[in-house]
Amino acid sequence: MDSSILQKRKAMIATTHFGVRSFKSRLFFSIVLLFALITISIVFLIIGTLVVKGYHQINWSFFTQVAPDTFDAMMANASGKIIPGGILNGITGTLLLVGLASVIAIPFGIVIGIYLYENATKRYAGVIRDISDVLQGVPSIVVGLIVYLWVVVDITKGYSVLAGSVALAIMMLPLIIRSTEESMKMVPTTLKEAAIALGTPYYKVILRVLIPSSFSGLITGVLLAVSRVLGETAPLLLTTLGNSSVNWNLAKPVSAVPLLIWQFYNDPNMVNLIWSSSLFLMGFVLLLNILSKWIAAKKSIQ
Amino acid sequence: MNSDKITKYILFGASLLILVVAGGMLYSLVEGSLPSFRVFGWKFLVSPEWNPTQGDQHFGALAFIAGTLFTSIFALLVAIPLAFSTSLIVAEYFRKTWFANVVSTCVDLLAGIPSVIFGLWGFYALRPFIVSIGLSHQGFGIFTAGLVLAIMIVPYATSLSNSIIMMVPNELKEAAYSLGATRLEVIWNVILPNARSGITASYILAFGRALGETMAVTMLIGNANILPKGLFSTGNTMASVIANEFGEASGVHLSSLIEIGLLLFVITAIINATGKYIIKKFA
Repeated sequence: MDSSILQKRKAMIATTHFGVRSFKSRLFFSIVLLFALITISIVFLIIGTLVVKGYHQINWSFFTQVAPDTFDAMMANASGKIIPGGILNGITGTLLLVGLASVIAIPFGIVIGIYLYENATKRYAGVIRDISDVLQGVPSIVVGLIVYLWVVVDITKGYSVLAGSVALAIMMLPLIIRSTEESMKMVPTTLKEAAIALGTPYYKVILRVLIPSSFSGLITGVLLAVSRVLGETAPLLLTTLGNSSVNWNLAKPVSAVPLLIWQFYNDPNMVNLIWSSSLFLMGFVLLLNILSKWIAAKKSIQ
Repeated sequence: MNSDKITKYILFGASLLILVVAGGMLYSLVEGSLPSFRVFGWKFLVSPEWNPTQGDQHFGALAFIAGTLFTSIFALLVAIPLAFSTSLIVAEYFRKTWFANVVSTCVDLLAGIPSVIFGLWGFYALRPFIVSIGLSHQGFGIFTAGLVLAIMIVPYATSLSNSIIMMVPNELKEAAYSLGATRLEVIWNVILPNARSGITASYILAFGRALGETMAVTMLIGNANILPKGLFSTGNTMASVIANEFGEASGVHLSSLIEIGLLLFVITAIINATGKYIIKKFA
């Protein structure tokens, strides 16, 4: 290019330099805003799709009847009716799995969290914290694989509620440990010191001071952990498999809402049921999320 | 023995559970993958052939390793602009306003959506769209799976970088503004250098999430046990091959799947440890 033209352009840029810079800045802001709007619009797209496609399948029998078999669903589809039946086996299964997982994970998680808080500076506690972080990052399918080897092969000799619960509990444990430790850190140390100065036994310091004063934080952490495992499908595929009827026996397979969604997805006749089941699962997860947020917000006001 | 000591022992005893679970995981995975390792050795890692037909069995994980890396890296590349923009909106441009609140609530909602529902949305909404604009015939493959995966990891990438961007001292930004810097220049020359390691760490952790995602990827990647040939090729990831073939696997086939699980476990552990190390060291 001709050097005189280059010089002219340079001079032009120099005179309008601030204009260019502020234009660049505004352009960057527009791009950032656009990308952020794309991200949040996807949330509305997904939830909107679930609501629009799923709401008309939700009725009384959706909560009181077990999932239909393929033939019933096919007949209903052929005559243009709503597919009969519901997801009762999934709902009871999910409650059983998550309930048992909570019974395993919550006490251990809170006690280990307290241990880490009380021994924060110890090298061993640091190692435990790091390993717990690594556990949190283990893919859910790998957790399922391991629990299959531990429980399905060796203990229950088949797919079972117990296996599914152990898998979910392993996934909840690191989340609860972390949230317990974090919420204990919020408790003023003066509270604990006052209790110790009065000669309170150590276990009473924990039960009467540490736990009550961080209670809302603990609940928030537990609810978030539950909501995180509620929709897990992959580990359940490898540990509880599914069941077409309601089951309360811990050594037998059981269904779960996410497992039913997977089953409906794989069966062309049942496709209409996936949206209502997904809507239900999503609503349940959101409810827990909102509840935990609400509790956390109440805490921060006090 | 007094009650204080007993309490301390109980606390310590519970902490052993973490060691037992983590050690047991590694032990079971190694033990379970031994039969496969005896047959295929290290070739398992470099052979792209995966043939579960009885009598002609041969297992190599390269196709799935490649599929996993390909999908996850693509997902990360798509997720970074989305996550970075969201972080800037929440932590810088609209900091502490109602709009930042709305955006961060939406991102939290995104984190709460189960993987299988992302898969459904990808299958019934995104896939037909990709077919209709002519990017791909069936709509299955690395591209579709990676896009959904990108959306799924945005919350993991933003949650940490938001707080890191917020922690950049106001004095530094104000100093730059007083010298006549524009917003973009402040972001580029003040915020980024200060928050770089934290942001990098959060993207590494998000990448670790992407590697292990199962359901959504299984529903969208097309489940072809081949080395992916390009962005629109079908393929399979380590997590999705386990989910797909676990039900009917036995013997060496099962052992090979467990070996893939071991690989996935080791890779994600290294990625996560790296992320946490960067946070500890620099942030």
